[in-house]
Parts: sequence; C-alpha cells; structure tokens
Amino acid sequence: MDLETVWFVLIALLWLGYLFLEGFDFGVGMLMPVLGRDDTERRVLINTIGPVWDGNEVWLIVAAGATFAAFPAWYAGLFSGAYLPLLVVLLALIGRGVAFEYRGKVDSDRWRRVWDRVIMIGSWIPPFGVGLLIATTVLGLPLDADGNRIGSPLEAVRWDTLLGAVAIVGFSLLHGAVFIALKTDGDIRHRAHRLAFRILPAALLPLAAFLGLVQWREGALWTLGTLALALITAAVAWWRLAEGREGQAFAALGAALTAAVVTLFGALYPDVLPSTTDPANSLTVTDAASSPYTLTIMTWVAGFGTPAVLVYQGWTYWVFRKRISTKHIPKVHAPR
Amino acid sequence: MDVLELARWQFGITTVYHFLMVPLTIGLSVLVAGMQTAWVRTGDERYYKMTKFWGKLLLVNFAMGVVTGIVQEFQFGMNWSEYSRFVGDVFGAPLAMEGLVAFFVESTFLGLWIFGWDRLPKKVHLACVWAFSLATVASAYFILAANSWMQHPVGAEFVDGRPTMTSIWAVLTNNTALAAIPHTVAGAFSVAAAFLVGIASWRLWRKRHEHDEHRAVWRSSLKLGTWTGVVAFVVLAVTGDVQGKLMFEQQPMKMASAEALCHTEQPASFSIIAIGDVRDADCESVKTFNVPALLSFLAHNDFTTEVKGIDDLVTEYQERYGSNYPDDPALGELAGKPIDYVPNLPVTYWGFRVMIGFGALSTALGVFALWLTRGGRIPDTKWFPRMALSGIALPFIANSAGWIFTEMGRQPFVVVPNPDPSGVDGVWMYTAQAVSRVTEGEVWTSLIALTLVYAVLAVVEVFLITKYVRGGIEGVIPPKPEKPDGGPGRDGGGGSGGSGGSGGSDDDALAFAY
Ligand code: HDD
Ligand code: HEM
Ligand code: HEM
Repeated sequence: MDLETVWFVLIALLWLGYLFLEGFDFGVGMLMPVLGRDDTERRVLINTIGPVWDGNEVWLIVAAGATFAAFPAWYAGLFSGAYLPLLVVLLALIGRGVAFEYRGKVDSDRWRRVWDRVIMIGSWIPPFGVGLLIATTVLGLPLDADGNRIGSPLEAVRWDTLLGAVAIVGFSLLHGAVFIALKTDGDIRHRAHRLAFRILPAALLPLAAFLGLVQWREGALWTLGTLALALITAAVAWWRLAEGREGQAFAALGAALTAAVVTLFGALYPDVLPSTTDPANSLTVTDAASSPYTLTIMTWVAGFGTPAVLVYQGWTYWVFRKRISTKHIPKVHAPR
Repeated sequence: MDVLELARWQFGITTVYHFLMVPLTIGLSVLVAGMQTAWVRTGDERYYKMTKFWGKLLLVNFAMGVVTGIVQEFQFGMNWSEYSRFVGDVFGAPLAMEGLVAFFVESTFLGLWIFGWDRLPKKVHLACVWAFSLATVASAYFILAANSWMQHPVGAEFVDGRPTMTSIWAVLTNNTALAAIPHTVAGAFSVAAAFLVGIASWRLWRKRHEHDEHRAVWRSSLKLGTWTGVVAFVVLAVTGDVQGKLMFEQQPMKMASAEALCHTEQPASFSIIAIGDVRDADCESVKTFNVPALLSFLAHNDFTTEVKGIDDLVTEYQERYGSNYPDDPALGELAGKPIDYVPNLPVTYWGFRVMIGFGALSTALGVFALWLTRGGRIPDTKWFPRMALSGIALPFIANSAGWIFTEMGRQPFVVVPNPDPSGVDGVWMYTAQAVSRVTEGEVWTSLIALTLVYAVLAVVEVFLITKYVRGGIEGVIPPKPEKPDGGPGRDGGGGSGGSGGSGGSDDDALAFAY
C-alpha cells in the first residue's frame, strides 16, 4: 500500500474509534431521560462514562487533526463546505462537555434539571451532525475546481445525507443502551437490556438503508461482502441480547460498526470528497494528500502513538470495569 | 463586514477566550501535582487539603479549556480553508501530534485522577496527575511550534506554490518556538500564581478574627503562589528578551510596531508610556519617559544598534514583497489594492506595554501580600482582600495582551516572510488570502453563536469558582461517613485516600461521582 492509502485507512480507523467510543457515550446521554427515573439513577448513568467520555472525545479531535496533516485539502473542503452543520455539532459538544463537569457542582434541583437537558440535547445533536458529515464526505458536495463548495450553505443537508445522520443516531442510541446494560446493575440494567432488545431492528434499519444506498451508488464488489457482514453481526448482536449476553452483544455491535465503516470508506476510496456536479472536481486521496515526507513522519508518530493510546485507554476501562448501581452513588456534596 | 473581517474577529475572540482557560490549566495542574506529591511524601494533611481545593478549581476551569479548544481545532478548516490547504503539509503535523501525544494523555489521565482517588494505589494515582499536568505542557509545546512556524517558517521548501516540509526536526526546534514556549509556560505559571495569591489572601482575611483550622492551608498556598510568581516573572523577562532579539531579526516590522517607531533611530530609545495617538505621523512627540538606547539593547544586546523605523521598513517590504495584492478575484475588494504593511500601532504599542507592566505588577502584588502577612499577621483592612482578588485579573490581561501583540503585530501576513537567513525565504501568505470561500452569513452565524455561548459560560464558570472559593475546604472534602466500627472514613483527609489497588468491596460508594 502506498502511504496515501495507509493514511486513508488510518483516518477511517480514527472515525471508527470515535463512533464506537463516543457512540455509546452519546447513547447514554440520549437515554438519560428514559432510563434515569430519578436523580440517583441519572447519576448512575452519567458515572458509567464519567472517567472516559473526555478521552473518547479526543478521537474526534485527532480524526480532524490527522486529516489536516495528511489530507489538508480534504480537511479544508469538508469543514468549510459543511460549515453550518459542523458549527451546530461544536455548540452541542461545548454544552455537553461543561454539563458533565458542572451538573453536580451545585446542590439544587433546578440547576441539575438545566444541565440534564443540556446533556440530553448535547447527546442527540452530535451523532446526528457527525453522521451528516460522514455521509457528506462519502456522498459528496458540489465542488468547484479548487475544491470549494459551490451553491448554498445548506448543500450538505439533503435527504441522502440526512439518512446517514439518522443512521448514526440510531446506532448510538442502541449502542448506549447495550453499554448501560453492560455497565450497571440492578433495575437500570434490566430496563436497559429490555430496551436495547426491543429497539434493535428499528435503530439499525437506517444504517442498513444508508449502507445499501452507498453500496448502490459507489460500492465495489468487495464492499458488498462487508455490507453483508455488517448485517450478519447486527443479527448476532440481537441474538446475544436475547440470550442475555450483554458483553457479547456489545462486541457484536462493535463488529457491525466496523463492517459498516469499512463499507462506507471502502466505497468512497479513492475519492475523499466527491464532487456531485462534475466528477473531474472530485478530491481524491492523491489530490488531497500531503507530501511523502510529511506522511512518513506522521506514520511514525501514529505507529507509536496509537498503540500507546489503546493501551492506556484500555487500562482506564479496566480500572473502572465494575458495574455501577444506585447504591454506589455517594450523597451529593457541593459547597453551600 | 466581509468574510475576512468576520473570520478575524471570530479567531481573535475564540482564541483569546481559549487562552483565558489555558494558562490557568497549565500552571495550576503542575502546582496541584506538586501539592499532591508533597502530601504523598510527607503525609501532611495540609497538602491533602490543598490538592483537593485547588484541584477542584482546576477541574471547573479545565472543562471550559477543553470545549473551547475543540472549536479551535475545527476553525482552521471552517474559516481558514485556503490557509489550511496552503500550510497543511507543515502546519498540520504538529497539530495532529498535539492530539495524539498530548490530548489523549491529558484527557485519559485526568479521568483516572478524578475518579481514581480510591481505586488506584497512592503512587499510581500520583503518577496520573503528573501525566495529566505534563501533557498540558506538551500540548503547549506542539501548538506553539505550529504557531511559531507562522511567525518564522523553517524546515520547508516551496514546491508547486506550496510550502512542503523538509525537516520536522527544524519545525519542532524552530528558534522562535524554543523562545516562545518557556515564555508562554512561564506566563501560565504567572496566572496560576496570582490565582493562588488572590484567593488564599481572601480566605485568610475572611477568618482573620476567628479560629480557622485550615489557616496553614492558606498560608502555604499564598507562599507557593508568591514564589511561583517571582520565578515566573524572572523567566518571562529573560525569555522575553530572547524573543525580542529574534523578533528584531525575523520580524523587524513587528519590532518597530512594538515601539511605534516611525523613524529609524541609532541608538533607539524605549518609551515607557505615550500620551496621545501613537499613530501620529510624528509619533516621537507623543512618547514620554524615554529610556535612551534601551530599545537598541533589547534588539541586539548592544546600546548602539540601529533599529529601523516603520517608514524605512515599508519601503523595504514593498521592494521585497510587492506593493499591491495580486489581482485575484478571490481576494474580493482587496484584489490589486496596495498592501498596508503597518500593523495596528496603538494595539501593538500598548499590547507590549500592558503585557510587561501588568505582569510585573501582578508579581509585585504577590510579594506585597506575602510581606503583609509575614509572621502570622493578617491585615485587618478592607483594601487588602480587594487588592488581592482584583490582582488575579492582571496576569490574565498580560497574557491576552502578549498574544494580541504577537498576532496583530504580524499583520498583514498570516505566514510571515523571513528577511533573516535562518528561515526559508519565499514562504509567506497574506491574511487576506487565507480565508475560506464561504458566505458572510455562515461566519456571522458562528461568530454570534459562539460569542453568546462563550459569554454565558463565562458567567457560569466565574459563578462556580466563586462558590467553591466561598465553600473553602469543607466544600471540597465530604464529611467522613459514619462507620459503625469508628474507623476512619474512606474519604477522610490524611492518609486514607487510595490505600490499596483493589478498591474495596462492591458495596462501597464511589469515592468520587459526578
Ligand atoms: C500554550 C498553550 C495553548 C495554546 C496556544 C492553545 N491551546 Fe488548546 N489547549 C491547551 C493549550 C493551548 C491545553 C492546556 O492543553 C488545554 C486547555 C485546557 C485543556 O483542557 O487543555 C487545551 C485544550 C484544547 C483542546 C481540547 C483538548 C481535550 O479535549 O483534551 C483542543 C482541541 C485544543 N486545545 C486545540 C487548540 C488549537 C487548535 C489552538 C490554536 C489555535 C489552541 N488549542 C491554542
Ligand atoms: C492561545 C493563544 C493565542 C491568542 C490569544 C491568539 C490571538 C489571536 C488574535 C487576537 C488574532 C487576530 C489578529 C487579527 O486579526 O488582527 C489571531 C489570529 C490568528 N492566529 Fe492567533 N492567537 C493564539 C494562538 C494561536 C496559535 C497557537 C495559532 C496556530 C497554531 C494561531 C493562529 C492564528 C491564525 C491562523 C489567525 C488568523 C489569521 C489572522 O487574523 O491573523 N494563533 N490570533
Ligand atoms: C520583561 C518582561 C517581558 C518581555 C521583555 C516580553 C517580551 C515578549 C516579546 C518580545 C513577545 C513577542 C514575541 C514575538 O511575537 O515574536 C512576547 C510575547 C508574549 N508574552 Fe511577553 N514579555 C514580557 C513579560 C510577559 C508577561 C509578564 C507575560 C504574561 C504574564 C507575557 C506573556 C506573553 C505572551 C502570552 C506572549 C505571546 C506568545 C509568545 O509569542 O510567546 N510576557 N513577550
């Protein structure tokens, strides 16, 4: 593989890492009003991701930063082209980040209600927006010869990209429910489990539809295989849920996401941002890539950096591996 | 306003705002790591309380640093896409490294530190806070290397109309960066120092008449803050002097603007203050308190060096880099227009003086507060707490002024050309060429939305910090849970936190929970 392709694969992996990790984070936030019936239960939910959500979010930052370094024209074209959707994602992430940290810092119901709402909204919008962004990069934008968007600021918002947005929302919702079932104990666990089992087909239907659309428009023969794999592993996840095996269901969902991301980026390759107006204006890996020297340096950095990240992030999950239930939650302590 | 102006306002507002949180995070995280080390080594409960109290304020601030940082990462692509395409080959690398090497460590080990008080063995837990705080310094290193490349491009050659990296080593050891990094990190410590001094003084003063079991905590914090501030200021002055000499060679126009020096002088004097508009064509006449030959010394370690004035430099720049913008329709109204090579003089002149002056004042205040409280005294006057608390603002303002000076002093360039041989020549970019081809409406929307959200969050952060400062030690250390056997509570002070790796039995409450 040439370095450009290596980096294309690495960027796809960064997005996969992000969707997998922050996917369940988002799901937990989305389900707060449904599964958290009182304050203690809501705190159980928040604390399942408490030590890790920030580290998960860094996958997004690194996905963006690595795109900047390896494919500057991709970074520039996509982020300026999908300007407004991206702005909405940023605003939601701002609110969500401070909400986790600030929610417990004042002992008042009104204060907590406000931040709960921010967490909830801040957890629905980003998967939607990130889904839209990924769908946009896969399905394309109207681009001119310089790689700039032509047309209105809302070119990235169309029925096909919206389908991609809903696909990621559905996945995150389900992924969050399974994660809660895996990480909690007691009543919440059972409710989360039941919910996950019930919503699975509906939650994954948009993703399946979106994969089908991408396959039909841009897919290769081999991506048909990964698409099938995504469907099969999703079915496995449902089956393992039915058997009460939460850990295995979670792993199967992860496999389904992997197959889905491989399908999407596999269908996109060798483009990185197709032009919907004139195929000659499509950005390809070669057009967008940095020089071989820069890519070599970045390969060394990523080669050492990524395994280290996986090790210490994995260790964090190990340290905080215990299931949490309402009886673990300490009394609220904040200055008067 | 056009897209260029809007994008500049947005970058200025969001970055200056991000840099209100950043220096406090960097300085305080290292100091808190030091406090926890003192506790682990001595077992003295005072240090435990210091770690908990200042650590809590650090967390309140950190959250804001993170969320405003995300905007920065995306903003280059959204508002400055032409810039991103132009410099990505060189500039993207340190940015990506910052994420991979620094942000991952920072966020992961912070999570371990906050939630790990009882889960991790004491020493491992201590290592986590060090990993976190050193990662904040590492992130400063990478981002400042990126920024310094814009001030002084190195390690690149011009290929097909774009700079292409030839040496990452040159980029990461850019002499501009090696001077800017200790300067900025010392600026961060000066912020944390004033924060400690101000809050500790107020806490001492508030309980000056009653018995305060935590008085030792505040005394130690005050002392730590003052000495940190003194050392930071010495480092700032030394490294700032180095930066001045580099600036003289690399960005002569910025040097002249810092002084609002219209005409070449030899030797050049340094003015302490000006009365009136420094843009005045005859700018010498508005300056007062001139220190003869000081500017010559700052520029080149020699009291007789000639320092070029703006008039001469403009002619020089026009000869080297052209007198008009290229006739490119993408430049909008500026296409083909004459280039204004003179930065905004009032901003650069005053920015430079506010940076140095407020920084010095803040350090002096710390020393004064320490002297006032010598030998167990606590001043019984109203102005003491007022002075101490308002002093917290000084280094924040000094830092912002330093950045505003640095960034506006390089206009109209976003990537500054290099007259001196240590950088690569021929690599430069005008700010006007750097901006995205997006609509005004898009940038207006984001400028307004971000500014509003930031304004609201500023109120929330200040409210929370105030609340925790008022709450004192009791606000951050939960009362010991009552145990039937009368043993020490798990969350109690002293030596109980984090005694073993097993984390206790399943029924125990979390030591910390959101
Ligand atoms: C001198 C230091 C410095 C400077 C000039 C900047 N930052 Fe920053 N940044 C930090 C020092 C820092 C930090 C100390 O590492 C922060 C602040 C609080 C924090 O959480 O980490 C941070 C947070 C932070 C984050 C969130 C990291 C996380 O989730 O943990 C991002 C994405 C950025 N920054 C990106 C930027 C960009 C693109 C900048 C340039 C315009 C920038 N920062 C200027
Ligand atoms: C955190 C500290 C920083 C502060 C407070 C700061 C401040 C500013 C300000 C006030 C401007 C507007 C100048 C103008 O429009 O006249 C600006 C512009 C800019 N800065 Fe910085 N800056 C900081 C760090 C950085 C870093 C680390 C980078 C790059 C890595 C950077 C890159 C830029 C760019 C690309 C612009 C936009 C173009 C321009 O208007 O010049 N800045 N900055
Ligand atoms: C005697 C004292 C000082 C001197 C001589 C000095 C000198 C300088 C110079 C020459 C620059 C510009 C570098 C460039 O653009 O090439 C600068 C930047 C800066 N200064 Fe200072 N400074 C001093 C004190 C301070 C203090 C007290 C603070 C904050 C508390 C501070 C914070 C900054 C910051 C944040 C920047 C921008 C980042 C950078 O370029 O490093 N400085 N200083």
